[in-house]
Amino acid sequence: MALKIVKGSIDRMFDKNLQDLVRGIRNHKEDEAKYISTCIDEIKQELKQDNIAVKANAVCKLTYLQMLGYDVSWAAFNIVEVMSSSKFTYKRIGYLAASQCFHESTDVIMLTTNQIRKDLSSPNQYDTGVALTGLSCFVTPDLARDLANDIMTLMSHTKPYIRKKAVLIMYKVFLKYPESLRPAFPRLKEKLEDPDPGVQSAAVNVICELARRNPKNYLSLAPLFFKLMTSSTNNWVLIKIIKLFGALTPLEPRLGKKLIEPLTNLIHSTSAMSLLYECVNTVIAVLISLSSGMPNHSASIQLCVQKLRILIEDSDQNLKYLGLLAMSKILKTHPKSVQSHKDLILQCLDDKDESIRLRALDLLYGMVSKKNLMEIVKKLMLHVDKAEGTTYRDELLTKIIDICSQSNYQYITNFEWYISILVELTRLEGTRHGHLIASQMLDVAIRVKAIRAFAVAQMATLLDNAHLLTGNTQRNGICEVLYAAAWICGEFSEHLENPMQTLEAMLRPKVATLPGHIQAVYVQNSAKLFATVLKSQEGDTDSTTTQEASQLMIDRLPLFVQSANLEVQERASCILQLVKYIQKLQQKDVEVAEEVCALFAGELNPVAPKAQKKVPVPEGLDLDAWINEPPSESESEDEQPKAIFTKEEPKHSRPRHTEVDEKELARRREARKQEQANNPFYIKASPSSQKVYQDTSGVEHIPVVQIDLSVPLKVPGGLPMSDQYVKLEEERRQKVRAEKKKKEKKKRKEKRSGRGRKHDSGPESEEDIAPAHMVDIVTEEMPENALPSDDDERDPSDPHKALDIDLDKPLADNEKLPVRSHRAVEAQKSPVEDGERENAASQEPKKKSSKDKKEKKKDKDRDRKKSKEEKKKKKHKHEEKEEDLLGGQMEEPVVQSEETSEVAALPTSSSAEEVATVAAAEAAPAPGAPSVTAPDSEPDEPKDTEMEPKSSKHKKKKQKKEKEDKEKKKKKHHHHHRHSDAGGEESVQNGTVEEEEPLPPMSNYCLLAENSYIKMMKEDADEVCDIQGNLQDGSQVVVSVIFENKCESFLKSMEFNVLDSLNSKLQRPEGSGPHDGLVVPFQLPPGVSNEARFVFTVQSIVMPQKLKGTLTFIVKNEDSSTHEKLDFKLHFTCTSYLITTPCYSDAFAKLLESGDLKSSSIRLEGVNMPFHHLLARICFHHHFSVVERIDSCASMYSRSIQGHHVCLLVKTSAQTVSIDAKCDEPTLLGNVLDEIKQTFSQC
Amino acid sequence: MIKAILIFNNHGKPRLIRFYQYFAEDMQQQIIRETFHLVSKRDDNVCNFLEGGSLIGGSDYKLIYRHYATLYFVFCVDSSESELGILDLIQVFVETLDKCFENVCELDLIFHMDKVHYILQEVVMGGMVLETNMNEIVAQVEVQNRLEKSEGGLSAAPARAVSAVKNMNLPEIPRNINIGDINIKVPSLSPF
Repeated sequence: MALKIVKGSIDRMFDKNLQDLVRGIRNHKEDEAKYISTCIDEIKQELKQDNIAVKANAVCKLTYLQMLGYDVSWAAFNIVEVMSSSKFTYKRIGYLAASQCFHESTDVIMLTTNQIRKDLSSPNQYDTGVALTGLSCFVTPDLARDLANDIMTLMSHTKPYIRKKAVLIMYKVFLKYPESLRPAFPRLKEKLEDPDPGVQSAAVNVICELARRNPKNYLSLAPLFFKLMTSSTNNWVLIKIIKLFGALTPLEPRLGKKLIEPLTNLIHSTSAMSLLYECVNTVIAVLISLSSGMPNHSASIQLCVQKLRILIEDSDQNLKYLGLLAMSKILKTHPKSVQSHKDLILQCLDDKDESIRLRALDLLYGMVSKKNLMEIVKKLMLHVDKAEGTTYRDELLTKIIDICSQSNYQYITNFEWYISILVELTRLEGTRHGHLIASQMLDVAIRVKAIRAFAVAQMATLLDNAHLLTGNTQRNGICEVLYAAAWICGEFSEHLENPMQTLEAMLRPKVATLPGHIQAVYVQNSAKLFATVLKSQEGDTDSTTTQEASQLMIDRLPLFVQSANLEVQERASCILQLVKYIQKLQQKDVEVAEEVCALFAGELNPVAPKAQKKVPVPEGLDLDAWINEPPSESESEDEQPKAIFTKEEPKHSRPRHTEVDEKELARRREARKQEQANNPFYIKASPSSQKVYQDTSGVEHIPVVQIDLSVPLKVPGGLPMSDQYVKLEEERRQKVRAEKKKKEKKKRKEKRSGRGRKHDSGPESEEDIAPAHMVDIVTEEMPENALPSDDDERDPSDPHKALDIDLDKPLADNEKLPVRSHRAVEAQKSPVEDGERENAASQEPKKKSSKDKKEKKKDKDRDRKKSKEEKKKKKHKHEEKEEDLLGGQMEEPVVQSEETSEVAALPTSSSAEEVATVAAAEAAPAPGAPSVTAPDSEPDEPKDTEMEPKSSKHKKKKQKKEKEDKEKKKKKHHHHHRHSDAGGEESVQNGTVEEEEPLPPMSNYCLLAENSYIKMMKEDADEVCDIQGNLQDGSQVVVSVIFENKCESFLKSMEFNVLDSLNSKLQRPEGSGPHDGLVVPFQLPPGVSNEARFVFTVQSIVMPQKLKGTLTFIVKNEDSSTHEKLDFKLHFTCTSYLITTPCYSDAFAKLLESGDLKSSSIRLEGVNMPFHHLLARICFHHHFSVVERIDSCASMYSRSIQGHHVCLLVKTSAQTVSIDAKCDEPTLLGNVLDEIKQTFSQC
Repeated sequence: MIKAILIFNNHGKPRLIRFYQYFAEDMQQQIIRETFHLVSKRDDNVCNFLEGGSLIGGSDYKLIYRHYATLYFVFCVDSSESELGILDLIQVFVETLDKCFENVCELDLIFHMDKVHYILQEVVMGGMVLETNMNEIVAQVEVQNRLEKSEGGLSAAPARAVSAVKNMNLPEIPRNINIGDINIKVPSLSPF
């Protein structure tokens, strides 16, 4: 061994450290990947060494490689090893690596629980600090649950350094384990008033994060924060608090009113820009919340806008940016006060900084009105021309469209202008937003009936000049516009002046180079155009035009019939045949126009994007009910289809309704309408929506748009189109104004008349600007009885949703955090539990007094005992509950959730998972279950005799406890084997002490020995199999012992020694003799407990082992110090060498058939418990897993760490249980059976 | 909350990455590339806030960065953090580095990534601001460095090993000697 370590060190000498690695990588620029892969090989070698320094160095290098993008998760276990080094240097490296590469699905995380717990309670504050920092990065729900209480304790640590870290990490714990929020909250609140500013700031930080997500639960803290705000001078804290108020005010307007004054003062007084900015922000939030009722805050608004203007005018780009950002918030509620700064904002559009330009654009969106829309858009169009870089230009483009289309085209007074803007935008090179422009064109043309003629004319021109658009860059998105153009020309072809020409344009050979879906629209709409041509020529004697048209179709369509695109091909060949047939009819002079037109008859209406979602569910239809029998649980492969479904969903959920085949929609609607008409049970739509379903003959019922003839449809050339419209619009407005004035003068007393437009008298406000068209914006179609809006649903996966917890309710019994037993002393301080202790105390005055009599110790001692007794009392209560729970759960893990309300949530869930683990057991070495010999309470002091009657009861409890321990264990330590024993023998003063905390289903500890100075609790030792996973090698047993100082003096120089047997040896450091004790690496101040681990090697596992040991220590008082010793016995049972291993029934059968196994059997009489309880007990105590269970008969399996198979057949009838067992090692089997027997004899 | 802290140089080479939310390694590299792409094309006299970054964040998140000589310090934060506050924090962090390394330069970060991490851990923890007082940060870092020194540090082990070799005559000569360091002086040599 010594040689091995030395050899490791020698290798180590030549190893690279981090610096060498970095240097090496820098020197291998040309073959970096190759160099790194050799380095990784070296690291793998280093990780195999026993020397922890070598390992730490390797892990350190891995952390660097992780930064370069190399996956280092394969070394996760080594990282855990380095984390558990006792040296701070290595520990820090380990935790750093863990925090960089561990995440929730890293499975070794579950091995770290105990290590982290140990580090958290380390006497060295930097060990604790490092553990907290690391934990904050990789905390999982399991870790959060198991460590919540430890961290909560640290919130009251003496060192502020630890306190602030503990406070901060609580936020992460809350996120992962929301149940901890309520119990921990009172202490968190206390920390708001911590004397240390760092801790205070951390507490504010955490509460602000919490409150941001669920503000209403934190309203009650407002007065406290208000106090802090007025007293604190720390800008960080102030900023956080002010931000928090920003989140709270919308819920409580009264708070806002109170805030205005101090905030205004801060705005005036502070010199810190960051604070000023946040104040302004919160004042804005306050004003928004007040905006409804209180008009008197114009002064505050003015102040804010004024301050923001200063920020925007500042030369510091950061302030400018933030100023604009805050401005946009004011804009929402007080647009007028922002609009007066339009000049400034337009100026920002010219800024060289893109972020600032984008913010300014955002502001413009809110600043437009009917009056200035054209002007602003004109400015933006100029920017579009100037803009370099497509991203910004695209952004401008989307902004223009957003600005114009906002709130249902509210600000557009002249749609001809808008169409021409859209047409101009198509001339942009290389934009990605062709589809956006296209959808706008379609939307406007469909919904604004008055504009159709104009739109069709424009689109016809576009189609005619299609080559300009497609040009060289066919791939860019702009050709999408042609899709819209073709569809509009086809659908509204009755408005076309020269359909023949457009038809020709649509059938040009060049079209075949467009994307397939656009070609398809071309082909389909050429058919529509053809129908129009036929119709227009109907009745004409001269049929040349129609014949020309059909000839054109017949000539050009074959090109599309050959298209590679299915859709195009199909449509083209259909239409080609149709046209050929029509041509035949034409030659016979048959009138076909009407029939052809009928093909494309029908009105289209836009459908609201949410229409589908809002269809009400008919009464009596349960969409969640199964139609067929649900598939059985066993074949629950449904994970996969589920995943596929959710993955695909986003695609469907945002239908680009403009590109859905409108025809198809129409057809469906038609069909639906027919069906509804024929269905006597269908409830007809209300009159308003009835309109929507008008068939073709009813088109006249749709309000017809009057076209204002003052706007010529043709405009003189010269200026760009849109500019001409701006001019025309100006003129029109003037004319209207003049007209109005005239009218008003003339007919002052008369009622207004005119063309049905509403004019308000008085000076022209923006609302006065009448649109050029009486625009009938067809509203989007909604289903009948649409459900009320359901927009702002919160994302159900939001982790913060779980933290929406009422914090003002008093804590209930079942809400305490899980506590580990050896924390008892600290846990007592918890304010959460104090109350209950008091209750318990008052219920038990009698016992207390009887005890008092016998107490010879000091008063202080008595106090401690008292509390222990109370603890015990509490435990009684809990135990009963848990017993029921366990019984119920074994069989039906599913039912558990119902029980949570009664019982602490934790035990429930952990046992649930435990069941799952057993069932789904993995191949990894599973946990073994300990068997425990009940402590022989040997009261060696007379004063304890009176406690004896309790001891039997106590034993039972003990087992109970263990059962829970095991649950916990199994779940947590897949890799660990557990081992157990408890030999409380020497100087057990009093039965109660042995009892563990009530709540902690988590405790793994049992009493080892105790005297008036010290108490030793031994964890059901973890048995760590050889790290390489070779079960054949001897195995190590790790025993964790908690030392608790029970006296008033300082304990030091503790030495732990065990008398080795041939079979089991305590591992001692190199160089020490076989009888030397191990120095416990810490000292114990009064009342403190700490944990140490000792490693044993075990050779043969077929027999149970008992080891005698001694702990020596020095008790140091103020004036004297004495040497003391404490004897104990460590008991390793045989079942503790078993590992719960899953086994499938076929493998099990094979094993039994093999004939290598020796058999043995036992009978247990008078076992009075349900069969599933019995099985559960065997599983728990003896580490078996159930292979198969049929009625009152079950087969079970387990495996020893050295690979022995152990098979059981358990049968029960009446109160007799017979167990037939087979194992390849008869001695082991005999011992295991004995131990099983013992377990049941105790119940 | 701070979602990520990235330090990279003018060429986009990462010098320190610290994600407070899990991303797989390749995703982390993509994020670095994207962030570098966004940040590097900005002039030094434009504002230090940046929206976008499609990979990390979303609408609630901002990139706040500062450019010092050859290094970019980028913080990705959500709306609960004050923008100007984070800018200050970056300044505090860099000044702390400067104190701890004495005139910090890129090389310090390259060769002592671990130490930079340890300093950062005293400033930000789990995505939340832990300490903003530079003296306090420096003090804690120094105590921990002293603690490390008292344990002999990571480099103490080889020293002990050397003495162990001197005192011992091992018959076997270690086989896989890796003379990686020679390459540093003669970069053209291929590795053995």
